[in-house]
Amino acid sequence: MASRHEIIEKNVALLVVLVLVAISFGSLVEIVPLFFQKETTQPVAGLKPYSALQLEGRDIYIREGCVGCHSQMIRPLRAEVERYGHYSVAGESVYDHPFLWGSKRTGPDLARVGGRYSDDWHRAHLINPRDLVPRSIMPAYPFLAERTLDGKLTGAKMEALRKLGVPYSDADIDGAEQAVQGKTELDALVAYLQGLGTVITDKR
Amino acid sequence: MSTFWHWWIVLLTIACLALVTWILFATRHAQRKDITEETTGHDHDGIEEYDNPLPHWWFLLFVITLVFTAGYLILYPGMGYWAGVFGWTSTGELERTELKHERRYAPEFARYGATPVEELLNNPRALKMGQRIYLNNCAVCHGTDAGGSFGFPSLLDDNWLYGGTPEAIKTTLLYGRKGAMPAWEAILGEQGVRQVASYTRELSGIDSGANPNDLAAGKTIFQNNCTVCHGADGKGNLTLGAPNLTNNIWLYGSTQARVEYTIRRGRNGVMPPWKDILGEDKVHLVTAYVYSLTHKEPEG
Repeated sequence: MASRHEIIEKNVALLVVLVLVAISFGSLVEIVPLFFQKETTQPVAGLKPYSALQLEGRDIYIREGCVGCHSQMIRPLRAEVERYGHYSVAGESVYDHPFLWGSKRTGPDLARVGGRYSDDWHRAHLINPRDLVPRSIMPAYPFLAERTLDGKLTGAKMEALRKLGVPYSDADIDGAEQAVQGKTELDALVAYLQGLGTVITDKR
Repeated sequence: MSTFWHWWIVLLTIACLALVTWILFATRHAQRKDITEETTGHDHDGIEEYDNPLPHWWFLLFVITLVFTAGYLILYPGMGYWAGVFGWTSTGELERTELKHERRYAPEFARYGATPVEELLNNPRALKMGQRIYLNNCAVCHGTDAGGSFGFPSLLDDNWLYGGTPEAIKTTLLYGRKGAMPAWEAILGEQGVRQVASYTRELSGIDSGANPNDLAAGKTIFQNNCTVCHGADGKGNLTLGAPNLTNNIWLYGSTQARVEYTIRRGRNGVMPPWKDILGEDKVHLVTAYVYSLTHKEPEG
């Protein structure tokens, strides 16, 4: 016995290959088939790619680390469906690169926050959450209202996403800079939030 | 799922289980049966390791996990197409629990939904349910005490933008509202905005400190531009959601600067629609709760 595992222990390349074989089963079975299934690769009916402004808002959401405290994934459990609305389905995220499902809920889930509160509420709340929710522990983001977007890279971002299969038209890409220019980061973030989860409209 | 991926999953899963089982038994087979002082022969800085068999209970735990796996894959979905003997799905599970709660609560919600709001005021349980729904959905804007905040109306003062009858409140909740105060900067100019702001503040009895000429000019501007919505007497219009400007209740602040800002840029306060999110019966309960805040029955 001792001599046999000595063969593996003393040949690093062989060890690496065998380790890869051993750990590959899980991903080959649980992940790889998902790349080829309609449920995970086809958009749900009515799903539209993010507008130029929403796309910039999404990037601010990523930059500020919102995903660290807010998930975007309503699980099919009654308590969640009751609170947040219809459980999230994979087809809603096919235009998200990368997706922002998250795994941490210090704040509430945001998968269906779109349309739930007014634009004014989001602005006031992002500038200082305590103005509206006195015991909130969310950080304040007043600087978002002062920073203006120039939109120089928006078109390029959309082009990159198009390569990944997001159906942006040439007109979308050409008009991106125009659509974003002069808007504040706050405008963009609110536009992004107000679009979240609005494609599936039934309650559950 | 295509047939290819079905078999891919099935074969790989079986191959993995077979491999694990083989390793477990093959290594056990090659081991000696007894505990001895013999070492593996490895020697690292004088540290050696015994070459003893896996304890029996430990080996048994591995076997139990394998048996569990086999049982699991028969009873629950996991093998490609195979739906499992129980036919379990996560959405099916959700539907079952929802149905259970529906059976328990739906009749109660329906009963309250069909009871007029005025009657619900005498029903503490209904009001408590309404309050819970309010706290979960409405409190982020209107406050846990319903006192409102800057830009979000108080529900305690019996002053209503769109009407305070149960019907009006329910309509507001179900379909939402959209404030439509236009921006006047371009039309009135900086001076006009200042004058009409001063005049508007005086309507509520605030001493604006403006000189009589400005106030007179402000009045003229008001009568030419603002009365369509806010009324000739400035008392507002519930149909349009144009606020009463004479009661010294200010959604967007009463200072000269705030009022000027409101006139200059306009205001478009939005109440979102809740019909699709909460459904009619729950909206009815929230209506009762909101109505109760200003129409408390002195109950014993």
